[in-house]
Amino acid sequence: MAKLKIALYWAASCGGCEIATLAIHEKILKLAEVADIVFWPVGMDFKYADVEKMPDKSVDVCLFNGAIRNEENEHMAHLLRAKSKLMIAYGSCAYEGCIPGLANFYNRQTIFDRVYVETPSTDNPKRIYPKTKVKVPEGELEIPEFYDTVKTLRQTVNVDYVVPGCPPEEKTTWLALEALISGKLPPKGTVISHSVKAVCDECPRKKEEKKIKKFYRPYEKIPEPEKCLLEQGFLCYGIATRGGCGALCPQANMPCTGCYGPVEGVIDQGAHFLSALASIIDSNDPEEIQKIIDDIPDPAGTFYRYSLPDSLLRRAIIK
Amino acid sequence: MKKITIDPITRLEGHGKITIFLNDDGSVANVYFQVPELRGFEKFCEGRPAEDMPQITQRICGVCPEAHHMAATKALDDLFHVEPTSTARKLRELLYSAFYVTDHTTHFYILASPDFVMGPDAPPAERNILGVIAKVGLELGGAVINTRKQNHWIIQTVGGRPINPCFGLPGGVSRAITEEERKQIEEIAKQSVEFGKLSLKLFDDVVLKNKAYLDMILSETFTQRSYNMGLVDEKNRVNFYDGKVRVVGPDGKEFCKYAPREYLDHIAEHVEPWTYLKFPYLKKIGWKGFIDGKDSGVYRATPLSRLNAADGMATPLAQAEYEKMYSTLGGKPVNYTLATHWARLIELLYAAERLLELSRDPEITSPNIRNIPTAKPDEGVGIVEAPRGTLTHHYITDERGVIKKCNLIVGTTNNYAPLFMSIKKAAEDFIKPGVKITEGLLNRIEMAWRPYDPCASCATHALPGQLPLEVTIYDAQGNELKRLSRGIS
Repeated sequence: MAKLKIALYWAASCGGCEIATLAIHEKILKLAEVADIVFWPVGMDFKYADVEKMPDKSVDVCLFNGAIRNEENEHMAHLLRAKSKLMIAYGSCAYEGCIPGLANFYNRQTIFDRVYVETPSTDNPKRIYPKTKVKVPEGELEIPEFYDTVKTLRQTVNVDYVVPGCPPEEKTTWLALEALISGKLPPKGTVISHSVKAVCDECPRKKEEKKIKKFYRPYEKIPEPEKCLLEQGFLCYGIATRGGCGALCPQANMPCTGCYGPVEGVIDQGAHFLSALASIIDSNDPEEIQKIIDDIPDPAGTFYRYSLPDSLLRRAIIK
Repeated sequence: MKKITIDPITRLEGHGKITIFLNDDGSVANVYFQVPELRGFEKFCEGRPAEDMPQITQRICGVCPEAHHMAATKALDDLFHVEPTSTARKLRELLYSAFYVTDHTTHFYILASPDFVMGPDAPPAERNILGVIAKVGLELGGAVINTRKQNHWIIQTVGGRPINPCFGLPGGVSRAITEEERKQIEEIAKQSVEFGKLSLKLFDDVVLKNKAYLDMILSETFTQRSYNMGLVDEKNRVNFYDGKVRVVGPDGKEFCKYAPREYLDHIAEHVEPWTYLKFPYLKKIGWKGFIDGKDSGVYRATPLSRLNAADGMATPLAQAEYEKMYSTLGGKPVNYTLATHWARLIELLYAAERLLELSRDPEITSPNIRNIPTAKPDEGVGIVEAPRGTLTHHYITDERGVIKKCNLIVGTTNNYAPLFMSIKKAAEDFIKPGVKITEGLLNRIEMAWRPYDPCASCATHALPGQLPLEVTIYDAQGNELKRLSRGIS
């Protein structure tokens, strides 16, 4: 059997997904037996020009991580889609936009103003901003255009599968790779994880009755060691987040923040979390309900911590 | 005018691009090092709850999330006016020491050592970690993998997750460790100390006993006389987790020493229109361009600069190695960029020794890991020493603890100007009229910036040990004259 041809690429990301790919440790040798990596700018000496020369659909699978933040990211997404039989959104940035997607609360100009002018350490009285093309004495220099809005990979090209997580845990990565190696692929569009249910399903904390009178922020009190964090008033996202990670954060006494994305069948993770919370607030008095919700300091940024570009909201309107 | 572009080299915050302009006679006219990416954390952190900053900002870098997590957590202590408990402080430093062991191990063995063990002119197919293992022995390869894996286990156990920990809170950490876990950490620490000693012995055998390498370290091409920055404890010894930032001049004299809250009196950043990354410099001296020396505000924040900025190491074995390095290289400060690799190994040994000390601390398994803040949050600054440079997080919040303003001066950013200058100097010295541009020559240019370990040049990018590199030479009309690429068939 011919070896699988795999391409790996990072767009607007932090490198954590690359580390996660390597975190399969000794299994990487098993992977090497059955697959050849044909493009991996982080790991191997291949150039963009080499990808351009490849025939269309000559790559079996592309694991693409990172969001679409600038024109180079977008170009590479289209190029790799054309060359690959299967396109996989690997990790939360490619899947939903993730933390870099929080930039959709702002736009290019407000980000540039903050970074290049307003920050107290910046000394830029002439208000110089980076430009895509700049003439220098010796010639011209170019950098890619920074977009107003962060997009997900799925909003850019057709995506066949998703691997969730920021970053995906080792076992999630291996689940996806095993499916590819064995050829036993799930239906197109599948989010590959060990669970289709919520993180709560795999969390060992004891759940009883969810009735919330007050929300607490993680620094405000020490949680009881075994009781469900949400029942203690901590805004734990496990109830509206796909499992598969093993509920690591709640087991370290910290609330889930939602990095594995929505549970199966849900389109908008934030809206799902909000409706789940609304049903467990222990009050029928609209004023009291409002007061309880007011304890959440940043609802949009919390409910859409990893999914703003992929949500029904997509971005804030900047006037 | 000819133009050489090396694109992409590696990522800093994103990917990187070097452009070399040649004069008609083939000499170097100028060099530019561009960073083509920005994500804008300084803006979109506005509006977020302060306590979420350790987890949000660690997504700046998936290679060193621990550093951002730690700087953010310390900024929260300051912001909420709360001291962490003694055990919490030690657990943070313990995790951070394990992180340093893994990070420095990765950099030295996967990135740096191929140049020395295999030699700068070895074929690229051999000049990589696999070549190193083949030459030095499988046993060492096993030790490298084991050291990384074991210390990652410590990070997950103490920090909650293997990548992107979640344990940092103002006033403490979220989870205590058990006696069982402590024992295992102590065992790993002992092995890490041995591994640190082994690594320095390897450096001694392979590099220091080879005159050609020693000459290269001491050569003018790889020398840069800039200011040195590093975090130091109350006795001016190197510390990664806490202390004051000390800056010493290229002459070795202390220039300034500041607490995190005073950083704006000392550091400013310059903007150029052809790159998305800013250039930090010493504010009291000012931005004088890409030049070194006492009158230029350019400083370095690297393992070597940390050793230069300190008076010594806080653990015995690392201190002995520190003294050996300075006596071998002619006293303090050392301005030889390639000695950064040596300094990194001394830091690796220090981190392992510190890990061992902390794992044996009687307080380390105490359940007393959190102080609950009671004061109103307002403003906080947190500084740690990230492996790639001094890392500063600065937040201002409203009284509910929601971020109003955020400023970040990130590890590699500190070194943007010196990195740039090191590349330029090497390019000018190696690319000369009539000299054929060979693969080995390009690697020597690369060797000028590899000591800085520009972010994410670690674990990930270097399975074969080398960066993707392609040089295309154009004539004055923009026609391609020559293309030279490495590892691309």
